Amino acid sequence: MNYAIRRRMWSAALIVAFFLGWEVLCLALNVSDLVVPRPSQVMATLVARFPVLWPHIIQTLWTTMIGFGLGVAVGVVIGALIGTSRVAYDTAYPLLIGFSSIPKVAVVPIFVLWFGAGPVPAVLTALAMCFFPIVVNIATGLATTEPEMEDVLKSLGAGKMDLLLNVGLPRTMPFFFASLKIAATYAFVGTVLAETVASNKGIGNVMMSASSNFDVPLVFAGLFILAFLGVALYVLFSVIEGRVVGWANRRTDLSPS
Amino acid sequence: MNPDLAQIAPERKRPAVQLSRASVAFGQGAERVQALQPTDLHLDEGEFLALVGPSGCGKSTILKLVGGLTRPSGGEIIVGGREVAARALRVGMAFQNPTLLPWLTIEQNVMLPLKIVRPFRQDYARKKRGEYRDRVHALLADVGLEKFAGHYPWQLSGGMLQRANLCRALIHEPSLLLLDEPFGALDQFTREELWGTMQDLWIKRRPTVILVTHDLKEAGFLGTRICVMSARPGRIIDDSPVTFPRPRTVEMTFQPDFVALNQRLRERIIDARGESARKVAS
Repeated sequence: MNYAIRRRMWSAALIVAFFLGWEVLCLALNVSDLVVPRPSQVMATLVARFPVLWPHIIQTLWTTMIGFGLGVAVGVVIGALIGTSRVAYDTAYPLLIGFSSIPKVAVVPIFVLWFGAGPVPAVLTALAMCFFPIVVNIATGLATTEPEMEDVLKSLGAGKMDLLLNVGLPRTMPFFFASLKIAATYAFVGTVLAETVASNKGIGNVMMSASSNFDVPLVFAGLFILAFLGVALYVLFSVIEGRVVGWANRRTDLSPS
Repeated sequence: MNPDLAQIAPERKRPAVQLSRASVAFGQGAERVQALQPTDLHLDEGEFLALVGPSGCGKSTILKLVGGLTRPSGGEIIVGGREVAARALRVGMAFQNPTLLPWLTIEQNVMLPLKIVRPFRQDYARKKRGEYRDRVHALLADVGLEKFAGHYPWQLSGGMLQRANLCRALIHEPSLLLLDEPFGALDQFTREELWGTMQDLWIKRRPTVILVTHDLKEAGFLGTRICVMSARPGRIIDDSPVTFPRPRTVEMTFQPDFVALNQRLRERIIDARGESARKVAS
C-alpha cells in the first residue's frame, strides 16, 4: 500500500473516530441535546429539514462566492500594485494593516446602515474578510521575485507588463493559491457573520433563529453545512492549484538555488 | 605606462559597442560610491571580449551598462549604432545563476525571448508551434539537449541548465551576447566542456560577446581579446588580443605561450589588487 493511500485512510479514520467519540461521549455522559446534540441527531435533523435548509444554503453559498470573487479581484489588483512598486508598498501598507485590524463584526452594522439588511452587507463583509490575505500574498510573491529573473527579460527590452505577465504573476501563483484557501474560508466567516447580525436568509440567520428557539440540533446542522461547504471549496482550489502550480511542488534539490 | 585605449583602437568600421567616458556611481552625497571610473571601450562586431579582474571591480557593472540594466552616471554608451538608453536592443544575457523559469519547460524557457523581442513577438502566437519550435529544437540540438526540451529545469543538472541558459541567450540571434560568469558555478570538467560548446556556438553564429569571468584560462580559451580591470573603482588597465588558432582545445591551455599569457594577466591582476590593498591600508 503506498503512502498516499495510507495517508488518506488515516485521515478518513480520524474523521470517523472524531464523530464516533463524540457520539459515545454524549451517550456515556448523558449529555442533553440542548447542550451538545449527538452527531446522529444532527444528521437526522439535517436530513429531515433539508428542504427548508436548501434555499438558505444556496443563499449563503452565492453571497459568499460573490464576496469571495470580488475579494479576489480587489486583492489581486491591490496586491499587484503594491508588489510591483516600492513606493506603493511603503505608502499603502500602514493603511491596509489598519483596515485589516478592524474586527469585521464592527463593520457589519455600518454596511447594514448603508445598504439595509439582506445580501449586500453579507457580500461586502465576505469581501472585507477575504481580500487582505490575497493582497499580502500577491504583494509578497511579486516583491520577492529574483531580480536576475527580471534582468534576463529586461535585457530583451521587456516592459513592465511583460515582466508582470511572464515572471511576476506565474511566480506568484503558489502564493496566490495558498491565500485563496485561506480567503475562501474567511469569506464564509464573513457571510455568516453578516447573516447572523442582519439578514432574514442564509445559514447564519437559520442558526441565529434556531438558537433563540433552543433548537440546538439545527444550530449544529448549520455548523455541519458550513464545515462541508468550506471543505468543498478548499478541495476545489487544491485541485486547481495542483494543475496550475504543480511545478512549485515538484522542485527538488537538483534545481539550482 | 598605460597608453590611451582610444589610440590602441584607431578608427575601425562599425563599432558593436562603444563606451565613451562611461562611469557609474551609486548613492548620494557622502555615501556616494564610485563603481566604475570613466571608461573607454571599443568593440568591433564579432569580437569575443573577456573581461577579467579582481572581485567587485566593476566587470558586471560594464555588462549591465551595455545591457541597459544600469544607467551610466556619466559618459555615453553606444550599442549597435544607438545609445543604450534608447532601448529595444537585441541583446542576449546569461548570468552565473541560470535563472530559468521553473514553471516553464526547457523548450518554453528557451523560446521566451521570441515572446518578448521585436520583431519576433508579433508572430509569436502563430509560429510558436511551428517555426519557432523548430528553431528552439535546432539550437538545443547544438548543445546536446534535444532530448530534454520537454523537461522542467529542476530535472536537469547544473551544466545542462547552463547550456539551456546559453540557448535562451542566443535564440533571438542577438548581435551582442553578454555573459556574466556563466560557467562560474560549475565543476572544472563541466566548465571545460561548456567552453567547447560556447566556442562552437560562437564560431557558428559570430555574435559579439562580452564575457565576464574570474577564470584566466577561460578568458584565454574563449576570448579574441582580454581586458584586465583594476580594483574598485574599476578601470581598464590592460587590453591584449588573443591570437591562438581556433577551434581551441583544453590541451592548448597547457602550452607555453598560453601559460605565459596567463602568467602575465595574473601578475597584472595581483598588481591591481595590491594597489587597492595599499590604498585601503593608508
